[in-house]
Amino acid sequence: MPHDSDDHTHAHSVLPSDATLRVKAIETLLISKGLIDPAALDAIVDTYQNKIGPKNGAMVVARAWSDSAFYDTLFYDTTETVADMGFYGRQGEHIMALQNTDEIHNIVVCTLCSCYPWPLLGIPPSWYKSDAYRARAVREPRKVLAEFGVTLPSETSVRVWDSTAELRYFVIPQRPKGTEGWSEKRLAALVTRDSMIGTGFPKDAQ
Amino acid sequence: MSAPPPEPVFEEVWQGQLFALTVHLNESGYFSWSDWAKKFGTSLNKHGVDRALNGGEDYFTVWLDALEEFLIEINMTGRKDLVLIKEAWKTAYLTTPHGAPISLK
Repeated sequence: MPHDSDDHTHAHSVLPSDATLRVKAIETLLISKGLIDPAALDAIVDTYQNKIGPKNGAMVVARAWSDSAFYDTLFYDTTETVADMGFYGRQGEHIMALQNTDEIHNIVVCTLCSCYPWPLLGIPPSWYKSDAYRARAVREPRKVLAEFGVTLPSETSVRVWDSTAELRYFVIPQRPKGTEGWSEKRLAALVTRDSMIGTGFPKDAQ
Repeated sequence: MSAPPPEPVFEEVWQGQLFALTVHLNESGYFSWSDWAKKFGTSLNKHGVDRALNGGEDYFTVWLDALEEFLIEINMTGRKDLVLIKEAWKTAYLTTPHGAPISLK
């Protein structure tokens, strides 16, 4: 906040929030003991703020829609297959792709905390981490889906998958109609984050 | 995919720093992510008893509580040290003229 008014000056610096000071305290202590590297912390923040996000997962989905051999290997060994595309690393050690069909709609939650396939989807949104979603996705998935605007025919089963620190899931939604012959890049633009969690559909072909 | 994300990854700077700190400590081998997830999950349940957490700032506040407790449990730091250093930072902010770099004395 700029302080350029003559009648509103601060003799001292603005005090950060209590949480900011507590995080600074942990950092200071561990740096002084030589246990952590401040540059590594900056690099991690930069990676998740700027480099990793749902666009990675969208590329995987678009390829699965376009390439039947890739589609088969993706469900045979998801972790290895997405690693070949360069999507691996922390919280992506064991990933399993889930296939949405006319018969089955998959939805992912983490009832323990917020386990999520970071290399493919980045950091989870607030609602994924909320108590409400974590509790209700298991108890009343159809109601939760309806609140996200996802209504399914009664003959479609809903399967809820509980991610853990050991195994994280992501959904391969059904390919939108009218996209025959589209390039992977064009297809990827239709894939939303929520469609890879199961709480949304891909965008329609326009 | 040129559209911006619908919400920022971290609502506040400290949340990103806390996240990075936890990831870095895990990758440096001080604890396993499973052990951390158990600790954090237990803390989330404990806090969620009083009121439902919305997954935003309150979620990271529980994360911060859990990390402090966890680091004390695994003997990486002590409660007293954390409080002393936090207070030292507070003093530094309150005694450093506005605009000057802030550091611990």
